[in-house]
Amino acid sequence: MERAAREEPARSRLARLFDTGGGRNLGLVAVLVLLGVVGVVTTDTFLTTANLLTVLTQASIIGVLTVGMTFVIIGGGIDLSVGKVMALASVWCTTVATQSFGWVVMIFCALAVGVGAGLVNGLLITYGRIVPFIATLAMLISAQGLAEQISGRRSQIVTDPVIAGIANTRLAGIPLLVYIFAAVVVVGWVVLNRTTFGRRTFAIGGNPEAARLAGLDVRRHTILLYVVSGLCAGIAAIMIASLTTTGSSTHGTLYELDAIAAVIIGGTLLTGGRGTLIGSILGVLVFTTITNLFILNNLATEVQNIAKGALIVIAVLIQTRAQRSSGTG
Amino acid sequence: MTTAPTPGPLLAMRGIVKQFPGVRALDGVDLDVTAGEVHCLLGQNGAGKSTLIKVLAGAHTPDAGEIVWAGRPVTFGSPQAADAAGIATIYQELDLVPGLTVAENVVLGHEPSRLGFSRLRAADDKARRLLRRLGHPEIPPRRELGRLSAAGQQIVSMARALAKDARLIVMDEPSAVLDPEEVQNLFRVIRELTADGVAVVYISHRLEEIREIGDRVTVLKDGRTVARNLPARTTPTADVIRLMTGRTVEYAFPPRAAPVSDEVVLQVEGLSRTGEFRDVSFTVRAGEVVGLAGLVGSGRSEIVETVYGARRPSAGTVRVRGKRLRPGSVPAAVRAGMGLAPEERKSQALLLGEPVFRNVSLPAMDRFATAGFLGPDADLAAAAEITGRLDVRPSDPRRPARTLSGGNQQKVVLARWLLQGCTVLLLDEPTRGVDVGARSEIYALVRRLAAQGAAIVLVSSEVPEVLGLADRVLVVREGRVVHEAPSGELDEGRVLDLVMEAVPAGAAERSGS
Repeated sequence: MERAAREEPARSRLARLFDTGGGRNLGLVAVLVLLGVVGVVTTDTFLTTANLLTVLTQASIIGVLTVGMTFVIIGGGIDLSVGKVMALASVWCTTVATQSFGWVVMIFCALAVGVGAGLVNGLLITYGRIVPFIATLAMLISAQGLAEQISGRRSQIVTDPVIAGIANTRLAGIPLLVYIFAAVVVVGWVVLNRTTFGRRTFAIGGNPEAARLAGLDVRRHTILLYVVSGLCAGIAAIMIASLTTTGSSTHGTLYELDAIAAVIIGGTLLTGGRGTLIGSILGVLVFTTITNLFILNNLATEVQNIAKGALIVIAVLIQTRAQRSSGTG
Repeated sequence: MTTAPTPGPLLAMRGIVKQFPGVRALDGVDLDVTAGEVHCLLGQNGAGKSTLIKVLAGAHTPDAGEIVWAGRPVTFGSPQAADAAGIATIYQELDLVPGLTVAENVVLGHEPSRLGFSRLRAADDKARRLLRRLGHPEIPPRRELGRLSAAGQQIVSMARALAKDARLIVMDEPSAVLDPEEVQNLFRVIRELTADGVAVVYISHRLEEIREIGDRVTVLKDGRTVARNLPARTTPTADVIRLMTGRTVEYAFPPRAAPVSDEVVLQVEGLSRTGEFRDVSFTVRAGEVVGLAGLVGSGRSEIVETVYGARRPSAGTVRVRGKRLRPGSVPAAVRAGMGLAPEERKSQALLLGEPVFRNVSLPAMDRFATAGFLGPDADLAAAAEITGRLDVRPSDPRRPARTLSGGNQQKVVLARWLLQGCTVLLLDEPTRGVDVGARSEIYALVRRLAAQGAAIVLVSSEVPEVLGLADRVLVVREGRVVHEAPSGELDEGRVLDLVMEAVPAGAAERSGS
């Protein structure tokens, strides 16, 4: 009995640490630091400003998609369409016709395509009663098709100097893309943690029936969550169009899986109702850093994918452990 | 199912301790069960009953204490181990697989098979035999389980326990989802089982049931055994309640105040929903409590949920203070001042992982926000004030709702609608799974709200509760309101007659409204 009494609080402290978002985020920070140490030991170039900015720039596009994905997953859904909606938006905003109207219209187009696709996703899921996985999978496929149709499967070169210039612009030495990423994260964090919209997102993801019977407009809110995700895809479309100076139907392939993986290793429950945006962002940074380390060390992408897969499994194992020991019934 | 009589108790649990992070759920519990008896386990919510039976079923490993089973000390490391020893448990939340057939559920885990192929016919026969023994030969073994009613699923759960040739069956509130008639049927089965030497551990909040079926009673309080092996039939009710609560509670309903005004607050007219109920009309005035009495499946829950907009009516209107509500819209009903405390608290009302205060402020959070912005604790003080007033225990408003007992969870749901400032409250089984102490507090609260001018609709399976609390009673049977009368003109027997169709001709016409 004495043994049990000693063991219990110890285990529960550990469980609590993993259980709170903060604790898990600390774990991810530790992983990042560990990766940094590996970087410093194995390469000369990892810990240079240029390389760190490269990592951040590479993280920024998936990062913006991940912010939207975090909202959708905490709200109890999933959005498989983000990568290809981004591709479609990039194509739509870089057609010769759109570009002739200038950069304001281009940006408007990209955002409108994203919002429109999110709206369709939301309507299919709420009023059409199609499960999110299927509805957004259908959107992924049709967005891909539409992007190919519009572009004729060719990369459309960005000729507008403002859009093309975004990726080359630096403020205080930091690329503008990183600022955009940071701004999306800050706005996303405030909305998720300091507004009624964020509270409702957690409520609806945690127990949709209870939320409905408490008088929340669950359908409208669900539609808005997919619109948020679509909007993020629209923002990401402008970023990738600028970075690659092309709009293309091949952009964003499998980005949705990277975004989902980042959300999951960030500690957000795939069933909804619990999660943190900071965790998701740390997840993106961990993934991007791994990619960077493999490139710097001239290692094959195959190995890199194996490492990423293993990381997802480990993260989920920790998550379920923490849950089991905290859920005493 | 013949069992050699075991000398001494079949089961003896001694000094069982089970600790969870932050809670000592069991703190030295003793329990003796002899073969062939019905041993009742009594205690308020949170007294440790559920934890104790999970220890017994092998789902929890005790931190200390001794379990002696059929004369030998044992440790059940897993549910399978308890199962193999002959202990079957019928949980409150049924642990059946909705997608499988009745027969597959009955034999789940020990499917009859030959060379690895399951013998469906044998499983069907076994299920049919057991269901007949349980008095329910009408349940088809090939029916998909999820399509049965809650009561039907309970019967299947029993059949499953019998299929394992259990020597001890633990029943956790088996009567909660059953109609009075089915409870009698359950008792008949229990008597047959005990006559065969099977021991039954019976958990229920209904003391009258324990009088009827029980042999001995063990009372738990705060994780300890406070009395054991009391005679079930002769121990005075007052003693049992005193043991459970540690104080003397008069199980009484608060007096009714005169209605505050004649103002009709809620007016329901010709409300119908195809296949569920037809042409339901009633009014509730300010300060009035209207009870809906009826069996499980009579349509009473469907009626209140439709009034609330959670289901879309096929015909009829709902008005609050003369203003017609948009049909099928919960937000419209909530805006009009309605609130629902639904039947299934955990799945329909609470965000179990969220702190208590956020559960309370869920519908009202806009009030604490500025242009949609809401600090993490902006609503804490207001919510805590109300949970404090309702004496929600533990009092920390930051605790996750999951950690509260049933009665306190119900108070959290009521606090939600108090904070919202509801004037029409729909209470669906407000005291299900709520212990005696919290029960009287909820009764008092309902009457107090009425005295302050709220219009209240109360749905309950417990006739005394409806009669004791409501000013007026509507009896619902098979989706129709068959009788309406002031509760003073009814008694329990009369309501039960009305509810179960044994109605003298002429009385079935409802007084018009």
